[in-house]
Amino acid sequence: MNRFALAGAKTIAEAATAASATVATAMTTPPERMGYADLSVVKAGGIDLLDLLKEGLLAPSKLVNLRDVPGLDAVAEEADGLRVGPMVTLASLAAHPLLQERYPALVDAVAGSASPQIRNVATLGGNLLQRPRCWYFRSHAFHCLRKGGGHCFAIQGENQYHAIFNNMPCAIVHPSTTATALVALGATVELKNAAGVTRRLMLEDFFVPLERDLQRENDLAPQEILTAIRLPNLPPGARMAHIKQGEKDSFDWPLADVAVLLDLDPGGNCTRASVFLGAAAPVPHRARAAEAVLTGRRIDEGVAVQAARAALQGATPLSKNGYKLLLFETLVHRAVLKAIV
Amino acid sequence: MFSPTSAMTVETQHPGDDAPANPPLVTIELHVNSAVWTLCVEPRMTLAEALRGPLQLTGTKIACNRGACSACTVWLDGVPICSCMMLATDVGTRSVTTIEGLASGEKLHPVQQAFIDHDALQCGFCAPGMIMSCAALLERSPQPSADDVRAAISGHYCRCGTYPHVIAATLDAAKMRRA
Repeated sequence: MNRFALAGAKTIAEAATAASATVATAMTTPPERMGYADLSVVKAGGIDLLDLLKEGLLAPSKLVNLRDVPGLDAVAEEADGLRVGPMVTLASLAAHPLLQERYPALVDAVAGSASPQIRNVATLGGNLLQRPRCWYFRSHAFHCLRKGGGHCFAIQGENQYHAIFNNMPCAIVHPSTTATALVALGATVELKNAAGVTRRLMLEDFFVPLERDLQRENDLAPQEILTAIRLPNLPPGARMAHIKQGEKDSFDWPLADVAVLLDLDPGGNCTRASVFLGAAAPVPHRARAAEAVLTGRRIDEGVAVQAARAALQGATPLSKNGYKLLLFETLVHRAVLKAIV
Repeated sequence: MFSPTSAMTVETQHPGDDAPANPPLVTIELHVNSAVWTLCVEPRMTLAEALRGPLQLTGTKIACNRGACSACTVWLDGVPICSCMMLATDVGTRSVTTIEGLASGEKLHPVQQAFIDHDALQCGFCAPGMIMSCAALLERSPQPSADDVRAAISGHYCRCGTYPHVIAATLDAAKMRRA
């Protein structure tokens, strides 16, 4: 790790003012500017940030610590849903009674992320803002497209953990399992900048696809703080499931994960479906064709099979990740049936 | 065992510093195993480095140094965390418990004793972290199931493959504690 200062912010405004860069902008700052007094980034739990610092992938002069900013680590009930602070740890989120009662599929996703030790420190905000796990991106030795270089090493290289959708010209997958479940249930995010301006947008729209920008996964701007994640109240007929498949059961990033939300009318027909695939694309991937199959239908085994096939429409697997097609098909099938149980 | 005085000051430097900026050392207090240490450290020093370096509490091991193996597990206010992924300067007033703080004098913690009785370590490198996770489990769940133990140690790598013995030892330690 390079040398840096650690500054504790006391308010959101103070933190936003001090944060001259996002982690993404800091990583593409020219090397001659690195380490100088004007490159400061926000630290939440610090898990992903320390990982990047230890690999020498960014060299900020200052970390702005959110730990002592009041009000960021609370889960609050609001008229239209729950407001979750970005500093709530994954462990406390998974253990929260209101989440367990109302969003058990989200709890599955959160509790299945990382290891117990990491969940005790890692925050929801940091989880959503973490950088991708692509091993070329994570290696100092590869100056890849996402770090401002001219080449994606995964597309012709070791791409078994990479994207099967929208994977040109960069084949990362979004690293957050929690994000897959959150976008499926229609979560929104709230962002505040140094000038005091608040932005609210759907989490789905907060994530940045390749065609908008190759060098960042989300729309966070320098001098802007993620201040809340809002979970909407779900209608009484809503049914949700999240399933993750990793290479090992103990703890791992997913090879594939799927979140399904179905609104069922009293007659058992699906009036609205959200189907998202995680670890499939550079952003959580909405499987629109699967949603179309499910909408208006009474959900049964046959419909689940059709939806699972439809979910893979448009996939463009790379040389070593074709196995993900069958994996996702199976997970969508299972998640649809799990949701209606 | 180490017996820290109530205040110690140790300065540390990292080799290979090449960043042009050179932020000043900061003075922090660390509450570790019921003692308070005053340290003058670089802000980039991790808790694991502070424990093993200036504090000489070398029971805590660093293996992957990325939060992926959990060998460095300590308690922060009683909750297991990876000390390699926490800056020493970020600990604040929270109390740290390391493997050295688990025994009462010469009497081992039941989990430590059970690890010996059940031969739950071979090379021993993962054992301090593993014991901290299992002891924390017994604090929050005095009568755990084997699956509870599996979940508690799910973050740990043991390349000697002692997992079955670790589970047996922890279940036995739970019985010893209740006896």
